[in-house]
Amino acid sequence: MNGPVIQAANVSKTFGSGPALVRALKDVNLTLNGGELTVLMGPSGSGKTTLLSILGCMLAPTGGTVQVCGTSTIGARPEELADIRRQHIGFVFQAYHLFSTLTVAENVLLALDVRGERGPKAMAKVEEVLASVGLAAKMASFPRQLSGGEQQRVAIARAIVAEPSAILADEPTAALDAANGRATMAILSTIAKERGRGVLVVTHDPRLFGFADRIVHIEDGALTREELTDSRSI
Amino acid sequence: MSLVFTLASRNLFQDRLRFIASLMGIVFSVVLVMVQMGLYFGFGRMLTTMIDHASTDLWIVSSGAKYFEDLSLVDTGLRDRLLAIDGVAEVIPVVAGFSAWSLPDGAMIPVFVVGSDSTAGGLSPWNVVEGSVQSLTVSGTVAIDRSYYDRLGVSGVGATTLLRGMPVKVGAITDGIRSFATTPYVFSDLSGARAYIGLPASFTSHFLVRLKPEADIDRVRRNILSSISAIQAFTPDQFREQSRSFWLFGTGAGAALVAGALLALIVGTIIVAQTLYSSTKDHIYEFATLRAMGASNGYIYKVIICQALLSAIIGFAFAALIGSAVVHFTAKSALQVVITPNLMIELFVLTVVMCIASALASIVRVVRVDPAIVLTR
Repeated sequence: MNGPVIQAANVSKTFGSGPALVRALKDVNLTLNGGELTVLMGPSGSGKTTLLSILGCMLAPTGGTVQVCGTSTIGARPEELADIRRQHIGFVFQAYHLFSTLTVAENVLLALDVRGERGPKAMAKVEEVLASVGLAAKMASFPRQLSGGEQQRVAIARAIVAEPSAILADEPTAALDAANGRATMAILSTIAKERGRGVLVVTHDPRLFGFADRIVHIEDGALTREELTDSRSI
Repeated sequence: MSLVFTLASRNLFQDRLRFIASLMGIVFSVVLVMVQMGLYFGFGRMLTTMIDHASTDLWIVSSGAKYFEDLSLVDTGLRDRLLAIDGVAEVIPVVAGFSAWSLPDGAMIPVFVVGSDSTAGGLSPWNVVEGSVQSLTVSGTVAIDRSYYDRLGVSGVGATTLLRGMPVKVGAITDGIRSFATTPYVFSDLSGARAYIGLPASFTSHFLVRLKPEADIDRVRRNILSSISAIQAFTPDQFREQSRSFWLFGTGAGAALVAGALLALIVGTIIVAQTLYSSTKDHIYEFATLRAMGASNGYIYKVIICQALLSAIIGFAFAALIGSAVVHFTAKSALQVVITPNLMIELFVLTVVMCIASALASIVRVVRVDPAIVLTR
């Protein structure tokens, strides 16, 4: 899958009203393509998280349109947005957000369970995806028994096990040391390249640029610059 | 199998202290409801014990009588008029009323005498554990319940005393025939009972009417009521209902028990709701993550309701054990706690409903959670 996975056109978002009005996003146009790792870069408060929330169908834009795999999210009810997330989007969070009472395998299985996928086939998928992130030996462990890097790999496994078209990662390396950060980005890059998924990584760590196919800069709610890397041209 | 149960149970058991507090709330509430309702049924059963054990199709009582022990009298001469009504096969008079039982030290205590012709099988003592019902055909012979040994100052068959100054001998001992008014029942033959109560032969307390096999009970009852005035004719079910209605609701005793049960239910619901809500708040980021992952509302409801159901099942199991112990320990008491299998099933359903109702606040909390909070923490 190399076509557009998520398309945001003229997206704006405001919070509050009157003198307290905050324009968090201003006419943002962004396309996330399959097979591509895009890095969204910007300082704190620039609108990265707001944009990620809108692209991830967790927040409705004030203006503009968002299409996920061809489906418009404008005017969709919360349950319909949940359905789009379930079908097309996987998330990786800065704080991992693993379920502390579930084992590694169960945490990953949960992503299939919410989609109604259960039984031996689902378990086989879990085993395969955990092996792909190097955690085959940790399936029965609980999150508290893992290092930060391992927990983030579980989160990535959870995000990709249902084979969504887009992976949205919010500061996935912020809580990791340099080595684990690189390992995490390598996995995300592989997912984009080998599995043809559209991966968007929000970060303000320039050391991660080497893994990106495209780097998009955001400042004060507006996209200011888009850079190509060696393998791409704009 | 869905992970809903795994997630719900592990979340529930993760904080053991909170879970124990929740269980205690459920157990406290359910046991209280169980005891209140058990007392209600025990009281109701005790109120109608004579009605339950009489062999009759219809009860004929004075128009003012509200329950068996209500001492309104009917004319003995009505017996012939009742027998003349089409469909009536037998009419058995029953005499009931207070008398004075002399204790060994000469003091007297009130007793409630019940007399009928034991050969007619109208209202004879049951659960006889010593002596025999047939002994009551001998004049001056009575039957008492062994739970009143101490009160009556006797210790078994053969004991003698005075009843309203007349000599009587205990010929039979029963087990478990207790009066809700705590006044001991004393069974005797019909003529003896009249003498012990001081009731002239022209009056009777009740008539038991037995119908011919082909008779239609409703039609006979209507005919009795239309041809004889100043009486009531009840089927056993109607008389039971009338008695219970008077004592349980006319006097407010039942209302107090039901109100107690309701209060217990409310307290239990609040305790469980607080615990579930607290657990939900502790796991709010997990629920937000579930929402971010695209879990449907139904999936999330299932997790919370599963927690509520688990709490209900475990809490009810403990409550049922305690309730059974209460039933055991009150079995010989003046007011038994009666828990029937139906009551147990109804209480289980009530516990489940209570716990699910308790989950509502948590569900509302989770439905309102913004999945985007997982991006800000």
